[in-house]
Amino acid sequence: MSDTVTTPPRRKHYLNVDYGIKSWLLTQDHKRIAILYLISITFFFIIGGVMAALIRVELATPLGDLVEADTYNRLFTAHGVLMVFLFLIPSIPAVLGNFLIPLMIGAKDLAFPKLNLGSWYVYNLGALLMVAALLRGGTDTGWTFYTPYSSTFADSEVILTALGAFVVGFSSIMTGLNFIVTIHRMRAPGLTWFRLPLFVWAHYGTSLIQVLGTPVVAIAILLVAAERLLHIGIFDPALGGDPVLFQHLFWFYSHPAVYIMILPSMGVISELIAAFSRKRIFGYKFVAFSSLAIAVLGFLVWGHHLFVSSQSIYAGLIFSVLSMLVAVPSAVKVFNWTATLYQGSISWQTPMIYALGFIGLFVIGGLTGTMLATLGIDMHVHDTYFVVAHFHYIMVGGAIMGYLGGLHFWWPKITGRMYSVFWSKIAAGLIFVGFNLTFFPQFLLGYMGMPRRYHAYPEEFQILNVLSSAGATILGLGYLLPLIYLFWSMRYGERAGDNPWGAYGLEWETSSPPPTLNFDEPPVVTTEAYDYLSLREKKLA
Amino acid sequence: MQGESSHAFGLAHHFDSFDQQREASYLGMWVFLVTEIMFFGGLFTAYVVYRSGQGAAFAIGSHELDIVLGSINTAVLIGSSLTMALAVWAAQTGRRKAIVAFILATILLGGLFLGIKVVEYSAKFEHHLVPGPNFHWQGPEAPGVEMFFNLYFLMTGLHAAHMVIGIGILLVVAILAWRGSFSPENHNLVEGIGLYWHFVDIVWIFLFPLLYLLGRNIQV
Amino acid sequence: MSEYITPIRTYLAVFLALMALTTITVAVAFLELGPFNDIAAMGIAITKACLVVLYFMHVRHSSRLTKMVVVAGFLWLFILIAFIMSDYLTRGMISLQGPIG
Ligand code: HEM
Ligand SMILES: [Cu+2]
Repeated sequence: MSDTVTTPPRRKHYLNVDYGIKSWLLTQDHKRIAILYLISITFFFIIGGVMAALIRVELATPLGDLVEADTYNRLFTAHGVLMVFLFLIPSIPAVLGNFLIPLMIGAKDLAFPKLNLGSWYVYNLGALLMVAALLRGGTDTGWTFYTPYSSTFADSEVILTALGAFVVGFSSIMTGLNFIVTIHRMRAPGLTWFRLPLFVWAHYGTSLIQVLGTPVVAIAILLVAAERLLHIGIFDPALGGDPVLFQHLFWFYSHPAVYIMILPSMGVISELIAAFSRKRIFGYKFVAFSSLAIAVLGFLVWGHHLFVSSQSIYAGLIFSVLSMLVAVPSAVKVFNWTATLYQGSISWQTPMIYALGFIGLFVIGGLTGTMLATLGIDMHVHDTYFVVAHFHYIMVGGAIMGYLGGLHFWWPKITGRMYSVFWSKIAAGLIFVGFNLTFFPQFLLGYMGMPRRYHAYPEEFQILNVLSSAGATILGLGYLLPLIYLFWSMRYGERAGDNPWGAYGLEWETSSPPPTLNFDEPPVVTTEAYDYLSLREKKLA
Repeated sequence: MQGESSHAFGLAHHFDSFDQQREASYLGMWVFLVTEIMFFGGLFTAYVVYRSGQGAAFAIGSHELDIVLGSINTAVLIGSSLTMALAVWAAQTGRRKAIVAFILATILLGGLFLGIKVVEYSAKFEHHLVPGPNFHWQGPEAPGVEMFFNLYFLMTGLHAAHMVIGIGILLVVAILAWRGSFSPENHNLVEGIGLYWHFVDIVWIFLFPLLYLLGRNIQV
Repeated sequence: MSEYITPIRTYLAVFLALMALTTITVAVAFLELGPFNDIAAMGIAITKACLVVLYFMHVRHSSRLTKMVVVAGFLWLFILIAFIMSDYLTRGMISLQGPIG
C-alpha cells in the first residue's frame, strides 16, 4: 500500500488484523464471512449471467440455430438454478446482512459465529454438487424440478442438481436461524425493537421465511431423489403418486422464497431513502410491520402457481384472493417511501439512483404480479413470457437493484475506500436502461402468446426479441462496470472516512473498516432510528 | 483479543453473560426444531393427502405392521425421554456422574428402539412389503397398500436416521460430561441435545398412531 | 433471569402419564367408534406431545418468546396441511357440464 508519511500509525481493523488464507478460511468474524460470501456469489452471478447471455443470443433469431432444444433446456435450467439458489437467495442476507446486522444492533458478532462460517462451507458444498452436475452435462427440468418429469423421465443430472439445492437450503436455514437469535438476544442496551433500522426488520422477516419454508422444499427434493433412485411412487402417477403434491410442497417454499429475495432488498431501500432524503422513514412502524406481514401472508398464496395444474378451482379462488392481499403490505412500503421523499432534502448519490430505480421497477413487477394472481388472466398468460417479465422485474429490477444500491452504500464501510462516483453513476444508468429494454418487450411477447422455455419462435415475435437481446447486452455491460471499478477502488480508491454519506445509524459510528469486535466502546442507544432531525440541529448548534 | 481476560471460562467472547449465552442457545435450538417440524411436516402432509383418498388401503397396510413391537418401542422411546430429561436435570444441578449415567441409559434405550426397528424392517423384507420393484401384494387395493408402505418406510426411516445422529451426538456429550465440561451455569450442549431427543420422541408419538393404530378397528 | 429446575417428581409423573396414554390409545384403537377412532388417536397423540413439550422440554417455564416459537412451528405445519387439503378435498365438488365437460 502507498501510505505516505503523513498518515497516522496503522489502525487495526478486521481486514488487517491477520493475513493469510487460513485467517480467512477459519475466520469466525461475521464481516470476513460476509466477504467470503461476496466472492462466492459474485462468481456464480457471472456464470449464471453467461448462461443468460447464451439464452438471449439464441433468441435473437426465430430459428433454433445456436443450440439444440435439449441444450437450451439445460441452459435455462442452469441459469435459473444458479441465479436463484446460489446468487439471489444468499445475496443480500449473507453478504450485507451478515456484515451489517451485528453492526446495526451494536453487537460484537452474530449469536453463533461458527454456524455462520459453517453456512458458507455448506453453501459451497451445495454449489460444488451443482457445478458437478453442470460439468456432467447439466439438468433439463427447469429450476422448478416438476414431477414426474424430474423423478422418472428426465435423462439428465437431476439428482446432483437437486441435492445441490437441498444442501444450499441448509446454509440458508443456518443464516436465518443465526439472524433470528441475534436480533432477539444481542441488541445493544437501549436498542428497542422500534429503534431498529428497517433493514434489520426486513431481515427478521426474511429469516422467518428461511426457517419455516426451506425445510419443506428440502423434503420435497429428497422425495424426488428417492423416487428417481428407488422407483417408489410418491409423485409419479404411473406408480400411484400425485404430481400436484410435489407442486404444492415446492411452492409452499418457493413462493415465500421470492420474498426471501425481495424483502432484504426492501430493507436496503428503506436505509437508502432515509439517508439520502435526510429524513426519518414516514410511517416507520407500518414499514416495519409490513415486513412481518409479507413474511406471514407470503405463506398463504403459493397456490397461484397451480391455477392450471388441476388444483381445485375453489382452492384456486382462495389463493387468488389471498395473493392480492399480499400486495397490500408491499404497497404500504412503496407509499411510505414516496412519502418520505416528499420534502426531503434529496441528494442524487449513486445508491439513491438505485433506490429510486428499485421503486419504479418493483411497482411494475408487483402490479403485474397482481394481474397474474387474477385467475382469469393467468389462464391466458401462464407459462408465457409475461410471467418471465413479471418475475424479472421483481428479482432483477427489484432485488438486484437493491443489492447493488446497498453494496454501493456500504462499500466505504466495508473496504474503507470510495469508488469512482462518475463510473458508478454511468453503470447505474446503463443498468436501468438495459434492464427495461430487456424485459419490457417480454411483457408484450407474453401477452401476445409467446410461451417460455422454447428455443425457437414464430417470426412475428422477432423484433421484440431482438430488442430484448439488445437490452441484455447493455445490462451486461452495466453489471460489468461495478465489477471493475469496485475492485479498482479497493486499492486505488480514496479513503472514505467513517461516515462519508453523513448517514444515521450505529454502523456509521464505528470506524471504516470496523475493528474485529465492531466497536471500541460497547454502544448504548438513546435515540430513535433515522433521527436526522436531531443530527441537523446538532450541526446547526 | 480485547476483553477476553475478563471473560469467565466457557463464556464465548461475543456474549456478555452466561444468561445471554444460554438464552441464545435455547432459542437457537428451538428455532432449529421448528425447521425439523417443517421437514417432517412435508412427509406428514403426504400421509394426510394419500390417506384421505385411500383410507381402506391404509387400514389394510396398518394391519401388516406389528402392533406389539410398535407399542413396546413407544414405551422404550418414552423411557429414553425420561432418562434424557434426568440427564439435563443432573447437568442443571451439577452432578457430573449422574449426567453420564443418564445419557448412557438414553443411548441404551435408543439402541434398543433401533434394534426392534431392525427386526420389524427385516420381517417386511421377507414378506415383500418393501416398496419398489420387489413389492408384492396379493390382496385388494395393491397401489394404495404400496403407497402406505412407501410412507411407512420414508417416515420411520427418516425418524430412525434422526435417532442415529442423536445417539452419535449423545456419545460425544457423554464424554464431555465425563471430563467435567459442564457446570450449572454452562450446560447448553446437554440441554440442546435433550431438546433434540425429545423432539424425535414427539415425532414417534405421532408416527405410532398414524401408522400402527388408525384403521385397526376395521376388519380386513 | 435464572433457570427453572423441574423437580424429579414432575418428570416421573409426566412419564407415567405418557405411559398411561400410550396404553389407552392402543386399547381405543380396537374399539369401533367410527370417525372417533381417528379423533381419539390424534387427540391422545397431541396431549402426549404437549406433555413432552411443556415439561420435558421446559417450555412451561420458558419465556413467552419460546412459547411463541413453538406455537409458530406447529401453526405453520397446520397451514401447510390445511391449505393443501383445501385443494384435495374440494376437487370433486364441481362437475363441468355441457360442451366443455
Ligand atoms: C405483489 C406480489 C406478487 C404477486 C401477486 C405475484 C404473483 C405471481 C403469480 C400469480 C405467478 C404465477 C404466474 C404463472 O406461472 O402463471 C407468479 C410467478 C412468479 N413470481 Fe410473482 N408475484 C408477486 C411477487 C413476486 C416477487 C416479490 C417475486 C420475486 C422476488 C416473484 C417471483 C416470481 C417468480 C420467480 C415466478 C415464476 C415462477 C416460475 O414459474 O418459474 N413474484 N407471481
Ligand atoms: Cu408466487
